Amino acid sequence: MMLRRIFSTARLEFLIALRNRWVGIAAAMMILFALVLSLAGAAPSGAMAADRLSVTVASLTSLAVYLVPLIALLISFDAIAGEVERGTLPLHLTYPLGRGELLLGKLGAQVAVLALAVSLGYGVAAVVGFVGDGVAAVAGLGALWRLVWTSVLLGAVFVSLGHMMSCLARRPSGAAGMAIGLWLVAIVLYDLGLLAAVVADNGGRFTASAFPWLLVLNPADAFRIFNLAASEAVGAAAGLAGAASAIALWKPLASLLVWPALAALLARAAFGRVQP
Amino acid sequence: MRLLTLSQLTKCYDGHTVLDAVDLTVAAGETVALLGHNGAGKSTLMKLVLGLIQADAGSVSIAGHGPGSAGARAQIAYLPENAAFHPALTGTEQIAHFLRLRGLDPRGAGALLAKVGLKEAARRRIGTYSKGMRQRVGLAQALIGAPKLMVLDEPTSGLDPVSRREFYALLADLAASGTAVLLSSHALTEVEARTDRIAILSQGKLVADGSLAALRAAADLPMTVHLRAAAGQAQALVAAFPEGVRRVDAGGDHLTLNCPQVEKFAVMDRIRGAADQVADFDIHPPSLDDIYAHISRRAA
Repeated sequence: MMLRRIFSTARLEFLIALRNRWVGIAAAMMILFALVLSLAGAAPSGAMAADRLSVTVASLTSLAVYLVPLIALLISFDAIAGEVERGTLPLHLTYPLGRGELLLGKLGAQVAVLALAVSLGYGVAAVVGFVGDGVAAVAGLGALWRLVWTSVLLGAVFVSLGHMMSCLARRPSGAAGMAIGLWLVAIVLYDLGLLAAVVADNGGRFTASAFPWLLVLNPADAFRIFNLAASEAVGAAAGLAGAASAIALWKPLASLLVWPALAALLARAAFGRVQP
Repeated sequence: MRLLTLSQLTKCYDGHTVLDAVDLTVAAGETVALLGHNGAGKSTLMKLVLGLIQADAGSVSIAGHGPGSAGARAQIAYLPENAAFHPALTGTEQIAHFLRLRGLDPRGAGALLAKVGLKEAARRRIGTYSKGMRQRVGLAQALIGAPKLMVLDEPTSGLDPVSRREFYALLADLAASGTAVLLSSHALTEVEARTDRIAILSQGKLVADGSLAALRAAADLPMTVHLRAAAGQAQALVAAFPEGVRRVDAGGDHLTLNCPQVEKFAVMDRIRGAADQVADFDIHPPSLDDIYAHISRRAA
């Protein structure tokens, strides 16, 4: 029964995302960027990598760190605040549908939209790889597959964080602002801050002990480290991820696995405070 | 059997008491209208019954279940004031979803929409619906699965008179099959003769709870008697009814007087006694709006 309610909610949300063009927009963004990167982005890596697809995966990783959380927040910020504004929330909550079930349904649909978008985008990269390199591109498929499922996990984290913003703001405009703020802080400023701290520390205790953990604690950085470290294309990555190549693989993986659940719990807690 | 029991229900917002120790019951098959001005506490009371907000004191019981519990939700249907739905969905999709949430066959959506007169529009997006049509979608979802208790917040606002009549006919069918109905309204005229009991909220307090006849008796407002003088008899009529107020217009010479309920036979006798002077007469009982205004004002 519970699953049926969650699935029905997810189905409806997916329909809404489809008709609001979010499915199309998300897929178009991913396909466009994957196409540009796989056609042109391989150039700077030179002779480092064995095949073009592996190199493309490294470029796609750097791009996905920005794009996947952004798309996730864009499709999720309206989830609760929009229902509050339209006045559809009170009715939903009088049905035999728990708040957790409602959130899980929305999460499921929005993660499905993201999964579709990244699969199509990365699929285009694979096609370009095979067209360019022929069978040799098979070598890059493992890395590409890893990129797909880690992108979905990263997306799930930010969809739930978007839901949390939606609950805290209660108005769509406020939720949109908070979502963009979160994106800036988590994706852009966090790394800049760490970089500044590492430079100031100049190889001291912070860089050795705190820095690797702080890097892994951010799901976006965990995503980048895991993908780059797991493939042989680490050399293609510059900056923080390169510096963190010494981090054991299980740490970013654990971060990527724990964060979706943690973010969903945070969203549920925030939803509990919303009075319809 | 009592399906809904409120006892000493109290709710405050920022130190302001919105609902003050309200006692109310609704039995199976009974239709109770909740009346009150804007801000009298009607919507707050309904949200407490639905478990959307928590009471500060007192209790709500829905056939023994607490408000908002799974047991209560399974038995309650709710129609919000200005029912709203996502504009991108069609009527069928929306109702099918609600059916699934209640564990029922989503293929019943078509029949439900047809029942509220939306058969033609069922496959169109709700964004293209008029306000009255959205209200009908709201009604359709409230009819799902023969609920034991229906909570309807201003259900007929936005409906035209014909739809309104159809709505009350649907409600009568439900009540006949044992559904308890609690509905809110601004006006007594609207719910007259369609409800078993009327409860009036004024500034958070329940100031009346009874049948229309009981409310009428309790208000004890005078009736209004209109007399039209026969030709040339105006002066005599004024002499016979010195308490009357005289008014002359194109229709003739009129006299209007108030008549307390207990004196209505005496006044009838006086009219009969003055039969030669009276061309015609009307007796108006106090209007429902008068009664409602009187009760609300007395409470304040």
